[in-house]
Amino acid sequence: MSPVLSGVLQLTALVAALALVYRPLGDYMARVYSSEKHLRVEKWIYRSIGADPDAEMRWPAYLRGVLAFSFVGVLFLYLLQRIQGILPDSVSLGFTAISPDQAFNTAASFVANTNWQSYSGEQAMGHAVQTLGLAVQNFVSAAVGIAVAVALVRGFARSRTGELGNFWADLVRGTVRVLIPISVVGALVLVACGAIQNFAGIHEIGRLTGGTQQVNGGAVASQEVIKELGTNGGGYFNANSSHPFENPNAFTNLFEIFLILVIPFALTRTFGKLVGNVKQGYAILATMGVIWLGFTALMMWTEFAGHGAALEAAGGAMEGKEQRFGVGASAIFGVATTLTSTGAVDSFHSSFTGFGGGITLLGMMLGEIAPGGVGSGLYGMLVMAIIAVFIAGLMVGRTPEYLGKKIGTREIKLAACYILITPTLVLGFTALSMALSGPPESMLNTAANSVDGSGAHGFSEVLYAFTSGANNNGSAFGGLNANTPWYNTTIGLAMLLGRFLPMVFVLALAGSLAEQKPVPETAGTLRTEKPLFAGLLVGAILIITGLTYFPALALGPMAEGLS
Amino acid sequence: MNNSVSSTFRVVGAGLRALLVLTLVCGVIYPLVVTGVAQAAFHDKANGSEVKADGRSVGSERLGQRYDLDKKGKDGNPLPDPKFFQPRASAAGANTENTQYKIVVSGASNLAADSKVLLTSVEQRRADVAAFNGVSPSSVPVDALTASASGLDPDISPEYARLQAERVAKANGLPAAAVRKLVEDHTDGRVLGFMGNERVNVLKLNIALRELAKS
Repeated sequence: MSPVLSGVLQLTALVAALALVYRPLGDYMARVYSSEKHLRVEKWIYRSIGADPDAEMRWPAYLRGVLAFSFVGVLFLYLLQRIQGILPDSVSLGFTAISPDQAFNTAASFVANTNWQSYSGEQAMGHAVQTLGLAVQNFVSAAVGIAVAVALVRGFARSRTGELGNFWADLVRGTVRVLIPISVVGALVLVACGAIQNFAGIHEIGRLTGGTQQVNGGAVASQEVIKELGTNGGGYFNANSSHPFENPNAFTNLFEIFLILVIPFALTRTFGKLVGNVKQGYAILATMGVIWLGFTALMMWTEFAGHGAALEAAGGAMEGKEQRFGVGASAIFGVATTLTSTGAVDSFHSSFTGFGGGITLLGMMLGEIAPGGVGSGLYGMLVMAIIAVFIAGLMVGRTPEYLGKKIGTREIKLAACYILITPTLVLGFTALSMALSGPPESMLNTAANSVDGSGAHGFSEVLYAFTSGANNNGSAFGGLNANTPWYNTTIGLAMLLGRFLPMVFVLALAGSLAEQKPVPETAGTLRTEKPLFAGLLVGAILIITGLTYFPALALGPMAEGLS
Repeated sequence: MNNSVSSTFRVVGAGLRALLVLTLVCGVIYPLVVTGVAQAAFHDKANGSEVKADGRSVGSERLGQRYDLDKKGKDGNPLPDPKFFQPRASAAGANTENTQYKIVVSGASNLAADSKVLLTSVEQRRADVAAFNGVSPSSVPVDALTASASGLDPDISPEYARLQAERVAKANGLPAAAVRKLVEDHTDGRVLGFMGNERVNVLKLNIALRELAKS
C-alpha cells in the first residue's frame, strides 16, 4: 500500500467514525442542555457552589459567571505553580516553583483553553500541578466554551425574553454529563494501547546494553484524553502527542484526532436541534466539513511532495515526525489540531514544508471555526454566518435575517467587533515584537540559518506564536524560545483577551437576539439551510481571513514555500 | 456602587466554590478512578511497558534507547555499537546539550525545511550511516536521515533495518540470511492494515538478535 493511499484511507475511516457518532452525540448534548432534571451529583455540586441551577440569567449575569469563574481559575493555577517548590516531593517530583512570568503565562493559557506551553512538562510540572491544576482546566475551560456557545444558540431559539439559561448549570452539566464520561472510556482505550497512567516519579529502568535510564511516570492517559476532547492541547510531555507514552501507536493517533473533532462537529447537530431545524445545523456542518477536508487535502499534497532544501536532501518530510505515524497521519493531525483550538501535535509544525506550516497558520487565522474549539468553533462560525447573511442582504438590499431574527445595526456591530479582536492582537503583537530589538533574538531559524538567507521562517515563528495565542490554539513553531518575560507576558495577554473579549460580544449578541420577536419567513428570506448559503459562508470566511492576513502570510510561509 | 461591589464578591465567591468542587471531581476523583482501573486491567502498559530479558529490565517497549560503545568519537559523542541495530536520530534537548535518548527530555529539532543547519545534519547523517553500514549513500532511507518528533522514537522503517542487517550480521558473526529473516519477523505492518507506517521496534529486534547470537 502506498503511503498516500494509507493517508486517504485513514481520513476516510475518520470521517466514517465522526459520521457514526454525529447524530447520537449531537442529540444527547441537546438533551443535556435543555433537560429540566438534575442528577444527584449535580445537585450536590450546586449546593456546594450555592447556586440555583434553575435561575435564568440575562447576558450580563451569564458573562459575570464566566468571567468570575475564569478569574479564580487563573489565580488558583498561578498560585499552585508558585507554591510548587514547597510541596512535598511525592507530588512536586522535586520541581521548584515556576517563575512569576511563566506561571502567569501558563495559568492564562490553560484557563483560556489555549494550552500554549513555554515550559517542558516533564522537566517543570509535578503531579500536583498537572492533575489538580492543568487537567482540571482542561475540563472546565472546555465546558465554559460549550456553555457560551449554548447561550448563543438559546439567543437564536428564544424570543421576547433575554434570558440565556444558567451558567453554573451549563458549566456543571457539560463537565459531568459530556466530558467526564467520554474521558473515562477514552483514557482506558489509550492505556489499553500503551499510554501510561500511574503516579510514579521519575524512576530508573534498565537498558539493553547495560546500565540504567531515567523514565517518567504520571497520570498521562487521563490528561491526554481530555486534552484532545476539550480541544486543549497542552502535552504532559514536551513532545506532546508525539511522545509514545501519550500516543503509543497509529490507532491511538487516529483515535486522538477523532476526539479532537467529535464535539465541535456534533455541536452543529445540537445547534440544529435547539433551534428546531436540524437542516440549519447541516449547513453549518457542511461549511466546516468543506474547509476541513480542503485543508487536509492540501496539507497531504504539500507534505507528501516534501519541498524545501533540507527535506529534499533527506528524501521526504520526516523531520519532526514519528515512524509509526508517517507523513499522512501527521498531516491529518496537523490540520485537525489547528482548525480546532487544540494545538496538540503528533509532529512538529516548524519542520513541515513551507506551505504545510502556512496551512497550519492559516487554519488558526480562520478563527478556528472549521470545526473549531469545543463551543468556540460553533459560536465563531455563527458569528461568521451573521456576517455572511449581512453581505447577502447588502447584495439584494434587504434587512438581513438569520434563523428568524433580524440582523440589525447592533448585531452587526457586535459581530464586527468579534472578528476584529484576534487580528488586532495577532498583527499588533507580532509587529511590536519585530520592531523591538530583544524579542527577535528568540528565533531559531534566523536569516543566517536559512539556505536562501531570507529568514522568512524566523518571522513565521513569531507570527505563529501570537496567532496561536490569540486564537487559543497553543501549538507552536517550537524553535522560538518563548520562555522570556516579553513573550510570557504578551502571549499571556493575547490568550486572555483572545478568549474572553470575544465571549463578551457573543453573549451580548445572544442577549440582543433573545430579546427580539421572531420575523416570519417570507419568499424573500435567504434560505440559510441550503448549499448556496454554505457556499457563501465558505467564501466569506476565506475572503475575510485572506484580506486580513495576506500581507503577514506573504512575508512568512509564502515566501518560504515559494523560494 | 456598594451593591455592585457586593454582587461582584458574591459571584467571585461562587466561582471559587465551583472551581474547588470541580477540582475535586476532575482533578482528584477522575484521575484516581482511571488510574485504579488502568492499574488493575492493564498493569504493565499503565506503568510504561517495561521489557525484561535475561531476568532484568532492559527498557521500555515504547521508548527508543541508544546502543553505544564505551568509546567516544571525535565529536565527543559515544560511538554506535556495530553489534546492534541503531535507532533514528534524536534531536531532543539538542538545542542545549547532547542528551539524545535521555528519556526525561523529549522533543524535536524544530528546524525549518529550508534550514542550513538541518541540511548539514541530513548530509552528515547520510555520510555517517552509509560509512557505518558499508552501503552507498543513496540507499539510506529518509527515517535514518531525519530526527523524530519525540526524540524517543522506538521504531525505524523496515528499509533502514534491512540496510543495517549485513553490518549487524558481520559484527555478531551470524549468517546474513538469519539476520535478514529476523528483520522480516520483527516488521510490524500498518495497524489494521492501513493506519500509520510499517515499522520495526528496535529494542525488540535487538533483544531477539542477542538471543540469536547467544544460541
